[in-house]
Amino acid sequence: MDGLVKTFDDTVAVRGVSLDVRRHELFALLGSSGSGKSTLLRMLAGFEEPSSGRIWLDGEDITALPPYRRPVNMMFQSYALFPHMSVEANIAFGLRQEGVARREIRERVMEALALVQMADYARRRPHQLSGGQQQRVALARSLVKRPKLLLLDEPMSALDKQIRQKTQIELVRILEQVGVTCIMVTHDQEEAMTMAGRLAVMSDGRIVQHGTPYEVYAVPNSRFVAGFLGTTNLFTGVITVDEADHVRIESPALARPLHVNHGVSEALGMQVHVSIRPEDIEVLRTPPEGEVNWAQGVVSHVAWLGGTASYQVRLASGQAVIASVPARSLAHAEAPGMQDEVFLSWSSDAATVLSS
Amino acid sequence: MRAWLRGWHLPAGRTLAIVPPFVWLVLVLLLPFVLVFKISLADLRFGIPPYTDLAVLKDETLTLVLNLRGYALLFSDSLYLSTYLNSVRMALVTTVICALIGYPMAYVIARAHPRVRNMLLLAVILPFWTSLLLRVYAWVGLLRNDGLINKALLALGLISEPLEMYRTDFAVYVGLVYAYLPFFILPLYASLVRLDMRLLEAAYDLGARPWRAFLGITLPQSMPGVTAGAMLVFIPAVGEYVIPEMLGGADTLMMGRVMWTEFFNNADWPMAAAVTCVMVLLLLVPLVLFQYAQMRQLDRGGRGGRGGVRRPGAGRRA
Repeated sequence: MDGLVKTFDDTVAVRGVSLDVRRHELFALLGSSGSGKSTLLRMLAGFEEPSSGRIWLDGEDITALPPYRRPVNMMFQSYALFPHMSVEANIAFGLRQEGVARREIRERVMEALALVQMADYARRRPHQLSGGQQQRVALARSLVKRPKLLLLDEPMSALDKQIRQKTQIELVRILEQVGVTCIMVTHDQEEAMTMAGRLAVMSDGRIVQHGTPYEVYAVPNSRFVAGFLGTTNLFTGVITVDEADHVRIESPALARPLHVNHGVSEALGMQVHVSIRPEDIEVLRTPPEGEVNWAQGVVSHVAWLGGTASYQVRLASGQAVIASVPARSLAHAEAPGMQDEVFLSWSSDAATVLSS
Repeated sequence: MRAWLRGWHLPAGRTLAIVPPFVWLVLVLLLPFVLVFKISLADLRFGIPPYTDLAVLKDETLTLVLNLRGYALLFSDSLYLSTYLNSVRMALVTTVICALIGYPMAYVIARAHPRVRNMLLLAVILPFWTSLLLRVYAWVGLLRNDGLINKALLALGLISEPLEMYRTDFAVYVGLVYAYLPFFILPLYASLVRLDMRLLEAAYDLGARPWRAFLGITLPQSMPGVTAGAMLVFIPAVGEYVIPEMLGGADTLMMGRVMWTEFFNNADWPMAAAVTCVMVLLLLVPLVLFQYAQMRQLDRGGRGGRGGVRRPGAGRRA
């Protein structure tokens, strides 16, 4: 994708997106609604014509090709299975357009059905299937033509929460087995992080950051990305010490300075934001040693999430900090409860400094 | 007592909801038809009413006289048979022409921008604001030998003498198609506008060219609309009276005209009633069969699904 722009009448949906997706990669476009991710996907499928920019697939410029001539197939958000056709006919539809021999169509349809473990349902109509089964049929239909690029539009949005995670892993397994290049669009950060090899966070028609899920999660480049991918605690402050190997930041929200053990490009005295993930914050009963990287507060809420407990601690400055504590560590010591005075501590490599 | 009341009341509530339409159907459909059927079995007589009673009580004997003169004549006189056939044929041709003209129109309206769409729909409905009689009369003015069309063609030098259109079957077709086209367009439009555009996108995505996508997706998905439209055109067209009377020639045989002649010119009510009864049967039987076939198809689909859920291996064995 090279400098893609799409404008609708008077609104710009996608502003200059350039992106390389590698062969056999599962790439996720992550963004909230209106971020332009769906428009981008529709341009890749050929349903929308880019206002400017080019789309290259395998060295070939496909920007001007109509959808029916692109080696690209899509699994639609609500599957868009043809209601008047059986499962078998749905999957065979694409092959029939190509004039594939009847015998080969049958073989490939059966192969695709076996791949998604739906061979027993070949003669059903879509409305006789459960949501998960419909999704499998939709997947088989979009894979049977062996596309160079597979597009997944919010693949899990029509499924119940309970079966989502299992389905995500299953879907990745099938895609790896087939070895297809795949771009998926989702607004669910957990889904993107579970499934994708790399992802791009989109906002306001632009790609804000891209990389592996771990990179983007651990080193977000903006407050937006830090907040969008998982939960985070943000402190706004001013750089008071700026050395090559560490910086010190004073934040009005914290009584003690923040010590970050990596250098930053921002200058001394500049206002920056510091992101600290909840799982990097320890909840203690006694004050930690040292003069930096800790705070004192009162527990205002505790939420048990099974494996972890999420503590909301209100600091003296009024800012609430979320700390995620493993349930196992709570079992040993006496767990702090509501209204208890606690100390929050984090290491100097836990914090990420963000300029925007 | 209360339990009894409740037990009685619950189903009554549901029954009550069906009562008004049921009473309505009995009053306006079944009852008149029974009366017409009764008249069809009576004999002609002079007086008011111009037919005999079926049951006569005389000397403590109830005599039921069923007169089959009308039906006998219907099946012996080839005029009636050919009129039936001709009516059905003309209605069929009208339906086909309405489908050929109406489908593209409905399609364009359904695909048009919402603002334009309402204008186009209004244009389809607009003719209903004037009486049918008036509109058919306007066609007389257009189709006559000295009518607008012939005058225009003569003036342009395309023809040297007027085309014979008025009082021909051609004129009747023009009138029928003109009058019934909206009845085809409206239900079809309703089903086309509901069509899920993502299905079409999916078809394109899977490599279907626009024409193939139309044949494979749009057309089958809009079949309920086509069927509804075809019914709304075909059924009234078979019994149409005004249009063949005003535009047709003396040899344009249609049931409506025959009925009219029997009722008003010959004052032969039993005969007219017999003609009507046979026509209703002629229309009803195919309709019921059609409906039955559709119900069975739906039923089979549903049952296949339920049965299949119980035995997941069914597909493999099939």
